[in-house]
Amino acid sequence: MSEELHPFETFLRKEMIPHIWCDGCGNGIILNSYLMALKDLNIDFNKVVTVAGIGCIGRVSGYTKTDSYHTTHGRAVAFATGVKLANPELKVAVISGDGDLFAIGGNHFIHAARRNVNLQVICANNFTYGMTGGQYGPTTPLDAWTSTTPYGNVEHPFNLIHLAAASGAVYVARWTTLHVRRLTESIKKALQKEGFSFIEVITPCPEIYGRYNKMRTGIDMMNWFRKASEIRNYSDPAKAEITPERIVLGEFVDIEKPSFGRLLHGMTAKVQEKMKRGNR
Amino acid sequence: MAEKSRAVLTGKHFMQGDIACAEGAIAAGCRFFAGYPITPATEVAERMARRLPEVKGVYVQMEDELASMAAVIGASYAGVKSMTATSGPGFSLMVENLGLAFMTETPCVLVNIMRGGPSTGQPTKPGQQDVMQAKWGSHGDYEIIALAPSSVQEIFDLTIEAFNLSETYRTPVVVLADEIVGHMRERVTIPEADEITVIDRKKPRVPPGEFASFKPDEDLVPPMACFGEGYRFHATGLTHDESGRPSTSSAEAQQKLVQRLCDKIRKNADKIVKTERTMLEDAEVAVVAYGITSRSALSAVQKAREAGIKAGLFRPITLWPFPDQQVSQVAKKVDAIVVLEMNYGQLVREVERAAKETPVIFLSKLGEEPHKPAEILQAMRRALQ
Amino acid sequence: MRLEIRVAGFGGQGIIRTGLMLAIAACIHGDKNAVQTQSYGPESRGGACKSEVVISDEKIDFPKVVDPDVLIAMSQEAYDMYVDTVKKSGTILLDPDLVQKQKASSSRVFKVPATRMAEQLGKTIVANVVMLGAFTSLTNLVSVEALKKSVLDNVPKGTEKLNLAAFEKGYAYGKRLLKEK
Repeated sequence: MSEELHPFETFLRKEMIPHIWCDGCGNGIILNSYLMALKDLNIDFNKVVTVAGIGCIGRVSGYTKTDSYHTTHGRAVAFATGVKLANPELKVAVISGDGDLFAIGGNHFIHAARRNVNLQVICANNFTYGMTGGQYGPTTPLDAWTSTTPYGNVEHPFNLIHLAAASGAVYVARWTTLHVRRLTESIKKALQKEGFSFIEVITPCPEIYGRYNKMRTGIDMMNWFRKASEIRNYSDPAKAEITPERIVLGEFVDIEKPSFGRLLHGMTAKVQEKMKRGNR
Repeated sequence: MAEKSRAVLTGKHFMQGDIACAEGAIAAGCRFFAGYPITPATEVAERMARRLPEVKGVYVQMEDELASMAAVIGASYAGVKSMTATSGPGFSLMVENLGLAFMTETPCVLVNIMRGGPSTGQPTKPGQQDVMQAKWGSHGDYEIIALAPSSVQEIFDLTIEAFNLSETYRTPVVVLADEIVGHMRERVTIPEADEITVIDRKKPRVPPGEFASFKPDEDLVPPMACFGEGYRFHATGLTHDESGRPSTSSAEAQQKLVQRLCDKIRKNADKIVKTERTMLEDAEVAVVAYGITSRSALSAVQKAREAGIKAGLFRPITLWPFPDQQVSQVAKKVDAIVVLEMNYGQLVREVERAAKETPVIFLSKLGEEPHKPAEILQAMRRALQ
Repeated sequence: MRLEIRVAGFGGQGIIRTGLMLAIAACIHGDKNAVQTQSYGPESRGGACKSEVVISDEKIDFPKVVDPDVLIAMSQEAYDMYVDTVKKSGTILLDPDLVQKQKASSSRVFKVPATRMAEQLGKTIVANVVMLGAFTSLTNLVSVEALKKSVLDNVPKGTEKLNLAAFEKGYAYGKRLLKEK
């Protein structure tokens, strides 16, 4: 009997698997879409760096057989900025969670978007801190239950689409793990954009978030996504809030703007040119 | 050649310490700086912002010191020698990722031009108050290399040394200078580029399939692959095995990794540590001082000798790893030790530990001026009574 | 021999640059060792500010000024704070318009209305260079050529003429004061 190879055999680090994710978790789908996008675009895996912060999705860096780095909590985008500026030939993707990117790492996110650093940032938004047992975070919906909102959440969540768009990202999209094909296409698009692109992926965490909020299985959560999802491409990011009734999906921003790297290295080239002339 | 001469400003200059630090970095091959403005280290950043584009390097001003240190690590993993410069409040934020740099064995240099603390303290005034923080500020067990320059020439030389040590041992190195050294101006002689020793990190000697990115050589230092070189390796701040795979439950993995990372510095300490001894051969009292206070001490020792007191100066140039043995040797020969610091007692604890039975007098100075030679002389007299 | 010079005033007067020009003159254009240190507050303009220079034939260990041989006082506050630190054999240069209350001193005291003289040249900003010119003739500690070179190397491009005029004016004023003594 010949053993059939997994289609991603060469893209995954077998020695790191089995993965740590729970049944019904959507992180595997995100990893799958990411690898599929890289494969479809024929990107040289030797020139890709996958960077992640801390949290369940952070382990994606270990599973992906590109160069990869697993940073301290919140600092993935800042680390990736250093990588990309030091070696512009590399394709640098950040895959991390809502808490990592928008609570402890929020400042780095908005500034990298403002600078338009040439990074592809994918946020697995599961509305909670899964790894620490389900505390509320910056995207937890109002009134939701978590281990630290035993009486319901009284904080307003971020609308990540609005935040990314306002901070200057050149490409902004939101999908759920139910929309695999669209998500993969979106990642492909982001990987080809020059500048800071951002994709929010609404992902199920039935084990932790779902358990607190009457969606105990992955199917329950996916059913919520199915019922609530509305694709509204290029609609107003400000109106793309997430409520139990409505999850607005689509591409929201797709603009052209010179990346930070282009401006920075362009400036360096000008300085070099000027010095050459000066030396004559 | 034109590029080399642009990187190394050979010749005699009257230069500020912060500027000499930046020039030392560039001469050592640093081509990436990420930082956040802070007094009294801003001049390092300003010089780098002007100079790095001239040598095809990158200067980036990050949103804070957390990000700065993270970007520095990123650039180093991308294969570029990198650094940052800060002062106390920024150092507090940087020690987070100083731990990450240590854990992922990242060569990089962190310059701390020390001002008065705690908290915002006295931004424009000198201090030596971050000495213990450099050693213990990040959580978990770690070892750090920290160098303390006492002149403008030395901050140039030691910044080069810091890069060389960081590349040799695959570890972050701290330059601990004080505001006076950072801001004072003196003559600096920058040698020809060819006369400057520049060390680069060890590279893998095996093809990608056989390479384990955290497998050490005999010197406990693993060769380093960088991003984009085809090794497709993983690095993590989690405890990991030699291949970089996280190992969060194995006691053996924790013991093995932490021990090796610390031993990498501890067992190479005799190669790392630099000290300076002045007039100690027949000394009855030794002054131990580093950075700017060592210059007050030198003046005091000379005055003491003129007054018939057999005094000498021991100057740790490397603060960490602490020169235990060297201090012990000095302590055995003298009747008393006087320690000077611009803090309320930090490195003196290490001196006391190493000095064992020999009495140690501590002279603290907080605020604007370093110890005056006359005060030190007085302390020496007291020590010998 | 070790020489200690303290220049003090407030931020924005070019105090630090004055010390710098002096040190460079001694160290780069002269053949001495020199160290320049400074002390300033958090304010960019208007706060107390001092610049210290140590010049020596030998290697300089202690880089700070303790008992200055020369004090250049460019504000009342600076004068009050440092007048008593000057060596008995030392020299005090002060701007009498800025230091109006003076006390008896055993040091040699020279009043150089540098700010007023700079005003006559059209720019009060060069008062420090006027003072430096006066310092040169009054103390004879650093050669006039070295100081002139240092001034020219350390002023913004396009202001060389103005600064040279300021230096000469101060230098001549100092000569005159010496004759009067």
